Amino acid sequence: MTVMNAPVARDASHASRIQRVVSPSGIEAWLVEDYTVPLIALEFSVRGGAAQDPPGKAGTAAMLAGLLDEGAGPYDSAAFHERLDEFAVELRFHADRDAVSGTLRTLIKHRGEAFDLLRLCLAEPRLDDEAIERVRAQVEAGVRHELNDPDAMVARTFAASAFPDHPYGRPVHGTLESLPLIMRDDLTAYRERVIARETLKIGVVGAIDAAALAVELDRVFGHLPAGATLEIVADVAPHGIGTRHVVDLDIPQSSIRFGAPGLARRDPDWIPGLIVNHVLGGGVFSARLFREVREKRGLAYSVYSHLAPYAHAALVSGGTSTKNERAAESLALIESEIRAMGASGPTEDELDKAKKYLIGSYALNFDTSTKIAGQLVRIQVDNLGIDYMDRRNGLVAAVTPDEAARVAARLFGDGRLLVAVVGRPTGL
Amino acid sequence: MTSSPAAESDAAAASAAGPAVSDFRLANGLEVVVIPDHRTPVVTHMIWYRNGSADDPAGKSGIAHFLEHLMFKGTEAHPLGEFSNIVAELGGQENAFTSMDYTAYYQRVAREHLGTMMALEADRMTNLVLSDDIVDPERDVVLEERRMRVETDPGSQLGESIAAALFTHHPYGKPIIGWMHEIEGLGREDALAFYRRFYTPENAILVVAGDVDAEEVHRLADDTYGRIPARGEAPVRVRPQEPDSRASRLVSLADPKVEQPVLQRTWLVPSYATAAPGEAEALDVLLQVLGANATGRLHRRLVVESRNAVMAGGWYMGTALDRTRLLLYAVPRPGVALEALGREIDATVAHLVADGVEARELERAKTRLIADTVYARDSQSSLARIYGSTLTTGGTVESVSRWPDNIEAVTAEAVRDAARRWLDPRHCVTGYLIKDEAA
Repeated sequence: MTVMNAPVARDASHASRIQRVVSPSGIEAWLVEDYTVPLIALEFSVRGGAAQDPPGKAGTAAMLAGLLDEGAGPYDSAAFHERLDEFAVELRFHADRDAVSGTLRTLIKHRGEAFDLLRLCLAEPRLDDEAIERVRAQVEAGVRHELNDPDAMVARTFAASAFPDHPYGRPVHGTLESLPLIMRDDLTAYRERVIARETLKIGVVGAIDAAALAVELDRVFGHLPAGATLEIVADVAPHGIGTRHVVDLDIPQSSIRFGAPGLARRDPDWIPGLIVNHVLGGGVFSARLFREVREKRGLAYSVYSHLAPYAHAALVSGGTSTKNERAAESLALIESEIRAMGASGPTEDELDKAKKYLIGSYALNFDTSTKIAGQLVRIQVDNLGIDYMDRRNGLVAAVTPDEAARVAARLFGDGRLLVAVVGRPTGL
Repeated sequence: MTSSPAAESDAAAASAAGPAVSDFRLANGLEVVVIPDHRTPVVTHMIWYRNGSADDPAGKSGIAHFLEHLMFKGTEAHPLGEFSNIVAELGGQENAFTSMDYTAYYQRVAREHLGTMMALEADRMTNLVLSDDIVDPERDVVLEERRMRVETDPGSQLGESIAAALFTHHPYGKPIIGWMHEIEGLGREDALAFYRRFYTPENAILVVAGDVDAEEVHRLADDTYGRIPARGEAPVRVRPQEPDSRASRLVSLADPKVEQPVLQRTWLVPSYATAAPGEAEALDVLLQVLGANATGRLHRRLVVESRNAVMAGGWYMGTALDRTRLLLYAVPRPGVALEALGREIDATVAHLVADGVEARELERAKTRLIADTVYARDSQSSLARIYGSTLTTGGTVESVSRWPDNIEAVTAEAVRDAARRWLDPRHCVTGYLIKDEAA
């Protein structure tokens, strides 16, 4: 295997640098200690996300994420933000389909203040009426801004078609109908139910040692309830595979989204699937879709595919944007490339090159503190093990042509896709 | 597993000054900047050219950007696709971008592949081969890019119209990607003419950030870029300069797709390259005071107090070779007229001009701006971009390192003066993004 070269050996340095830090009260964080730049980056995540929004109240998690830093403890919104500025602390919260997460960056000289501000957001968010109304208005403005945006429309159409009657079919940021129904009690209930130690994963990178971090972990997260009370979210297979949904919008270009059932992150076929997708539509100029759709024919600026693993569903999906007159041609070409991939898998040369790329580029995920902290959380959420960074490139290198072909057939064998199109495409 | 407090403070002290940046020139005039970052065995290799869309010849808008696309089409030594395939096989990532004042190409690779990247990038600085059957589909790609970014997005169309109104004479008024009808007419010869004029060692800046030292980069650069013959002189960028604004102008874009209106006010202001000493820094601080997210005066007055807006802020594009723009915006609550929001923005500026800034908000603004330079040191790509964009817009390595001190030196009076001098409501371009109800 020619690809088992220097990068694998070098990457061994990553995991050996990860320390598992457990606080006196039992809160765990993974730490990469580094003093090159005088800052600390922390990321955390709890399971939940928009999938835990109450029925009819889509956008609850997103609104809560927008409100956690809008006033906490003794500080109202203005005072809280002034404090963040005064100490140059970067603090953000975010909700996606499956998780609520937060990121903190601070200069070491303001570590105490920074961790204290994060603690206040989690322990004593005020959720003042004024802030709730303000954040609601902001989220609603964002929703209105995207109402007729072709990319946002095609994403909504695709999700609603793939996941009808499932939380994944609802927009993470809610709708103009659902947002006004979200009350302070909903936000408080969500917070108490979801933000708990049970599902908490933490990654820390930078100028702090394990002993100091252990103390901070208890201070910042120790007050959270031990257990989460999560609604059961059904595992779901994407619906509508083989159907096509065209939404009319008077624009010169059609935005196209396509997808098929994918792979869960813990699926044993994940790594071969990663390779197959890379050959089809990964972010390199040699990917088949890029070459055929963009390079040879000039049909689009952007064309891609990716694996999209959610906690309760899995997709392989992609997209492009082509002028209306050539949208049918673009889609036919994509469908034919996908069928070909399903029928024969990557060539040996493609497989070899994909492995080299995926192995060599893995290190590029670790060149900033924020990126490393994010990876530390991701690996914990996916339960891949603290040695995963050391093992990962070996897993990629070990994929055989037969395995790649088998997984290509599993993903694309029947060539059927769910397709959503927004625009005024000719002949679709 | 644990480091002693002494070790920690030593390390912090050593890094407090930031990385030791080297700056030198090869014999052929190519400028080289090296930014060491030894945390990960990765390098960011960038080549910057001192030309952008503002250097597009009249009637050929978009040629700088189109050429950027065509630079991936191969040379005699490395035909179509080979460069990208090598980068991918080495596990590297690559891309390029075009701005108004610069065009840059970059790869991020494991440190041992830096020499390979430099050899390939040096090759395409002078040996690009273009044929019509390669140029034609790529023009279609750019037209699709424009459709995606602009033709389907009323907000982008308003942005283009505002720039065109603000810059009545200077080419900053033209879109970077070019006007649709002019992109359609761009061809192989246009691209090659632009290429021959600007892609020269004297006009380029090599920026390498990452796990390398200056000596090694110097040696590798001599072996690769250093072999390109000097042209003698850097090309001169000749651009008609924008006169002072005398009128206020209203640009209104109505589209049936707009469900969320937006108001913008844009002013012609000095850039770091054109400003009197300290003036651009004062504008950066002013923008923090007025437009900072959640703590700026616009947020306080329009979003929290009057509640007529749901968001308000702004930005200042100080990194530019010529006079540049400063923009303030507000997103109205449903039912609030954009005219009313405009008056509130004017009143907010007028209040600052009348009463100046408070000591605390001045300190907060500076703290935030200076901290950003420390945060930038966490990312070799960010650092490479800061140096590249500064050096292609008239700045120097020294001006980057001096910047935090210059920000620290900004006085309350300077901020007030900058607002008074530059944010005159009689001289701005106002942009309305509104729904076309008739359509």
